[in-house]
Amino acid sequence: MAGITSYGAYIPLIRLARAEIAKAWGGWGLPGEKAVANYDEDAVTMAVAAAIDCTKGFDLNQIDGIYFASTSAPYIEKQCSALIAQVLNLDNRVSTMDFGGSLRSGTNALRAALDAVNSGSANNILVCAADVRPAYPKGDKEFSFGDGAAAIMVGKDNIIAEIEGVFTQYNELMDIWRSDKERYVNSWESTFIYSKGYAPVIAKTVAGALEKYNLKPEEFKAVAFNSPNSRQLGSAVRMAGFDAKTQVNDILNPSVGDTGSAMAMMALVAELEEAGAGDRLLMANYGDGCDVLIIKGTDKLADITDRRGIKKHLASKQMISNYNRYLLWRGEVNTEPPRRVPLERPSPAALLRDNKGGLGFFGVKCTSCKTVQYPAQRICMKCRSKDLFEDYCFADKLGKVAAFSHDSLGVSLDPPITGATIDFEGGGRIKLDMTDRDPKAVSVGMSVEMTFRKLRYVNGVYDYWWKCRPQRS
Amino acid sequence: MGSIKDRVAIIGMGCTNFGNSWDKSPNDLIVEAAYEAFEDAGMNVNDMEAAWFSSFFCPPGLTGQPLAKALKLPYIPVTRVENACASGTDALRNASYAVAAGIYDVALVLGVEKLKDNGLMGLPDAEMWLNMWGSHDNTYRCTTASGPAQYAQMATSYFAKHNIDPREGKEILARIEVNNHRNGALTPKAQFRREVTLDTVMKAPIIAAPLGLYDCCGISDGAAAAIIVPAEKAKNYRNDPIYIKAMQIAVGPCNGIMNPEYDYAHVEETVKAAKAAYAEAGITNPREQVSLANVHDCFSITQLVTMEDLLFSERGKAGDDVKSGFFSLEGGLPVNTDGGLKCFGHPIGASGIRMMYEMYTQLQGKAGKRQIKDPKIGVTHNLGGIPGSASVSVGIVSKDLG
Repeated sequence: MAGITSYGAYIPLIRLARAEIAKAWGGWGLPGEKAVANYDEDAVTMAVAAAIDCTKGFDLNQIDGIYFASTSAPYIEKQCSALIAQVLNLDNRVSTMDFGGSLRSGTNALRAALDAVNSGSANNILVCAADVRPAYPKGDKEFSFGDGAAAIMVGKDNIIAEIEGVFTQYNELMDIWRSDKERYVNSWESTFIYSKGYAPVIAKTVAGALEKYNLKPEEFKAVAFNSPNSRQLGSAVRMAGFDAKTQVNDILNPSVGDTGSAMAMMALVAELEEAGAGDRLLMANYGDGCDVLIIKGTDKLADITDRRGIKKHLASKQMISNYNRYLLWRGEVNTEPPRRVPLERPSPAALLRDNKGGLGFFGVKCTSCKTVQYPAQRICMKCRSKDLFEDYCFADKLGKVAAFSHDSLGVSLDPPITGATIDFEGGGRIKLDMTDRDPKAVSVGMSVEMTFRKLRYVNGVYDYWWKCRPQRS
Repeated sequence: MGSIKDRVAIIGMGCTNFGNSWDKSPNDLIVEAAYEAFEDAGMNVNDMEAAWFSSFFCPPGLTGQPLAKALKLPYIPVTRVENACASGTDALRNASYAVAAGIYDVALVLGVEKLKDNGLMGLPDAEMWLNMWGSHDNTYRCTTASGPAQYAQMATSYFAKHNIDPREGKEILARIEVNNHRNGALTPKAQFRREVTLDTVMKAPIIAAPLGLYDCCGISDGAAAAIIVPAEKAKNYRNDPIYIKAMQIAVGPCNGIMNPEYDYAHVEETVKAAKAAYAEAGITNPREQVSLANVHDCFSITQLVTMEDLLFSERGKAGDDVKSGFFSLEGGLPVNTDGGLKCFGHPIGASGIRMMYEMYTQLQGKAGKRQIKDPKIGVTHNLGGIPGSASVSVGIVSKDLG
């Protein structure tokens, strides 16, 4: 039987105090803070980060499927899972699928992965979900939405959590939607949507699941639900028959926000971090209906120890200084164009040639003199050997800052641009932008890690590459 | 390997005012520089047997025709040379070789740039360079930091390497620019002709930390021209020609931006070009033998490390020479006597020839208020690219043969 074999998550470093939003517009707002994708992050980059977290210590060659779920994928037509598979440098025979269109897309993907593994068509499928949902400035969703990602590996061997049951209901309802012509998420009035959607639908689906599998609420250690806010989460938990005091831990709403299609999976990861062998969890994911999964930890759950997951990502944070910067990052403000050369669109032919080098972050190592170099060369920079190279990946290497500057002339949504020359452990040097940094804390010799980011967006094309960032604790 | 030493001479030069030449087209700038050189040499356009034309941003693909068009050259060969900021000196080098080879008796070298028509801040080359440094050509996967930021990185690593407190380091850089401005104020054709105080330089807005506004040269419109003849015929044209002693260029294989062995506190291409140039000219002690130098001060930090790369100062000690005034007009080795790129201006393709124009003027004793005493040997230096990936030229000239 298919089960969960690994988990990972990602929460952006940057957080916005909800009070900053209230301060900008006046009036009342939700308490706490929300996680905010940096200007160079989107659903794909966050999914990559969660995938990397999930696959720590895992042989990537064993993966035969990448499923990506989001309601805010950067491309409407162009598969993100294929892009993610290329970033992870997976074999082209890997099955890639994108899921979207609903907050339920994360568990839709999870269900599909379980079905594929159970059917024998795949052995290990990495399911990642990420969302950066667009909310109207000044609206209630701007307060409640947060950004984040989760990844769950589904497989047959070394299962850390069994899937005891799966149960689904659909519910056709205009409660939350975004049409193909709209920029922001819409919703109908809250008394209507919460009486006909969310909590009652979760309760009904959970009831169906418990009946089908002959279980009672008290047999679960905890539940992992997605939720639009803490209050509705409490309603859903109670309505489904669970104890809101002991069986749910509302970590996400106060400090991350409603992370859309990733939220239920992130909540599950948070519970898996706390669970042990034999602990039973109920995951419910609402969106145009509800998916319920019944999950039970095995003795191998304790083997997963080095994930940043939810707990560590949550603790590692940096508050954004003000709401204006957030608006700028989100493209909500039209500022005067800089007097600099207009950006050029990357060539799709060049991007194709660069799949391994740019997306996979592969350079080469000379087999003759062992010198590591990036980008890939034909002639070794050290011994001048021709075409005597093996692949060498920089994505998982740490580096040190050899030189840096904070550039106020170059164009960025988050000036100054911190440019750095990075010397890698194990050899090699690359000039990179540094992101998620506090300019005052940058110094020669500091340690950095690699992070996959959106470098630029020009005429409909997202150009992704790698940046360095101070090591997240 | 052969040598250019004492084989060719410059017998006429011209240079326009550098700056924001709103009222002049590239054509105007070419004509002005060329005709000043013709007049200086006592020649006219029909005496030119071949020409070398240097320009970076004159649209590529226009070949040598912008020069032929402006001057109505009589169907003579024109070779266009592009080596970024070293373009002008490289044009001079190639013309010198052709004349030394005996193919031509008179060659025109002219560099021009019209940068101020585009209304941009900084050079319009950012996107091109991103291709050079990135993960792959045409992907633009590269650091997004600007050109000045690439040089600013050299400042942070230079300070770290030599244990210089960043505040003290910034002050050393500021002193360089105070001196450049002092010289620029004495140079009639310079773009910026105003002295500045140390305090002004230190407190100027940051362009790319730690470099501020005054640490960065401006960009300019301008043109400069030279006429080259065989050394043995030079005195037929004038009594005070200047002789080329060395003309070297080192083009780096992008090593420094890929190789951790590069310390980011010097420019290897300058070291290589200088070594070759000193050997070609027979100079063994540059600090003592060189009378004056005009170097590529695109940024203050570039000028600082160039003092070491050209062997004027010991490693890590250029700051001491800056502080002692060794490089001022009254010092032991005056540098950037016409204000340098910072004050004279930096029309890319013309800059190397402009530096030679200052050597020519100084060696002939015609530099007016900024004239240094009895100069014998002058050095010019251009750096195209960034630290770690550059094309560097070093030229050496003298008023004497032998």
